[in-house]
Amino acid sequence: MNYVIEILGPLLEGTAVTLQVFLITLVLAVPLGLGLALIRVSPFRIASGIVSGYIWLMRGTPLMLQMLFIYFALPFVPVIGVRLPDFPAAIVAFVLNYAAYFAEIFRSGIQSVGKGQYEASRVLGLSYGQTMRRIILPQVVKRILPPMSNETITLIKDTSLIYVLAMNDLLRAARGIVQRDFTTMPFVVAGAFYLIMTLVLTWGFLYLEKRYAVYDE
Amino acid sequence: MPSMTSDLASHPSMLEARDLRKHFGGVEVLKGVSLEIARGDVVAVIGPSGSGKSTFLRCLNHLETLDAGHLVVEGETLASTDAAGICRYVPEPDLRRICRKMGMVFQQFNLFPHLTVLQNIIEAPITVKGLARDAVIPRAEELLRKVGLLDKRDSYPSRLSGGQKQRVAIARALAMEPDIMLFDEPTSALDPELTGEVLRSMRQLAEEHMTMLVVTHEMNFARDVSTHVVFMDQGQILEARPAAEMFANPSHPRTRSFLEHML
Repeated sequence: MNYVIEILGPLLEGTAVTLQVFLITLVLAVPLGLGLALIRVSPFRIASGIVSGYIWLMRGTPLMLQMLFIYFALPFVPVIGVRLPDFPAAIVAFVLNYAAYFAEIFRSGIQSVGKGQYEASRVLGLSYGQTMRRIILPQVVKRILPPMSNETITLIKDTSLIYVLAMNDLLRAARGIVQRDFTTMPFVVAGAFYLIMTLVLTWGFLYLEKRYAVYDE
Repeated sequence: MPSMTSDLASHPSMLEARDLRKHFGGVEVLKGVSLEIARGDVVAVIGPSGSGKSTFLRCLNHLETLDAGHLVVEGETLASTDAAGICRYVPEPDLRRICRKMGMVFQQFNLFPHLTVLQNIIEAPITVKGLARDAVIPRAEELLRKVGLLDKRDSYPSRLSGGQKQRVAIARALAMEPDIMLFDEPTSALDPELTGEVLRSMRQLAEEHMTMLVVTHEMNFARDVSTHVVFMDQGQILEARPAAEMFANPSHPRTRSFLEHML
């Protein structure tokens, strides 16, 4: 027990890094994903096609590859080439990647709302933007809560990938101690930390689902 | 074929549709439909399924885009077709403004499920007309009282019966103060015992001289409430006459056989 308390310090530091990557990614990728989804369902064929291609690229290659590319290869790309420090590089990769997944969740949610809702809005005089903002998207939120819950839980675990940029997230911190002390106890503690974080997320989403349960479709 | 429409319009017309044409894929759904409606007319559009009644209604407020034809609402042109056969609508802002003169009630109600009954009614007046919430609520409550649902003010649509939903939909459309009300088979999705309450609200509206265009299978409503009856078949209007005449003495054989089946 004393040993657990002893290793708690470095593991909590790792957790802080994990949570930072998680929260910043969430805050940036959700609105970006919504924007992408709105373009994807818009009647502008070319823009919609570009977004489809983007989503294919981001979902079709490993997140780790994207992170390595942005950190190591991007500096050598002409014109857009910039050299990013490790943390921003990780954030950029996570946001670009997760926005693609969120976009698909939003798109399926938007397309699951029936044509009648658009027609009713239209005959009442609402513009396309007003229809989206006031009628469609509020209904989408309720429908996408379960897949969003899934995706955010995946995100919190995916943050462990940042170890490839030599950043000390929760898992890397645990591994460091394992290698130093020749005991697997830190892995158990790290696992417990992940479970606590996903439990909080699960509860959060359950609360939201309950709040939106005041109405049925 | 002689124009059967002119006799409907003894007063300045509220709505004038001329030679409307529409096809879906290879199917011609409207083959040149013309109709003129005067203020206060209550026009029932009847006819067999697939005759183009609903499409005709949906073309009037641009839920469907016309292939060809002319549409004039209260003296303002909504769509026109030039000599080359190209159909043009007025620019988007005018289009929306003119279409707003027509309220619509759907077969499937299409209430907003995430909003309460009251919120359903005040949404468009606030968002579209920019009216203050406080100013809109008394009017919305008055409309709810009229359709007999004031006690459901704060319920969500999923808690209502079909007939109640449709009455809310009527109140929602009226809240935008339209000059014409379009009803697209308003009772077809309802259990028989619930149609009465919806028809009562519509009858009340007719008695207040609202101009109404009603696609319906309810022959009793067509006979007792409407001022005129239009019979459509295979994308055309075969007969359009004052209601009493139509039921007493249908002139077209197809109208006659349809009415015999329905009554």
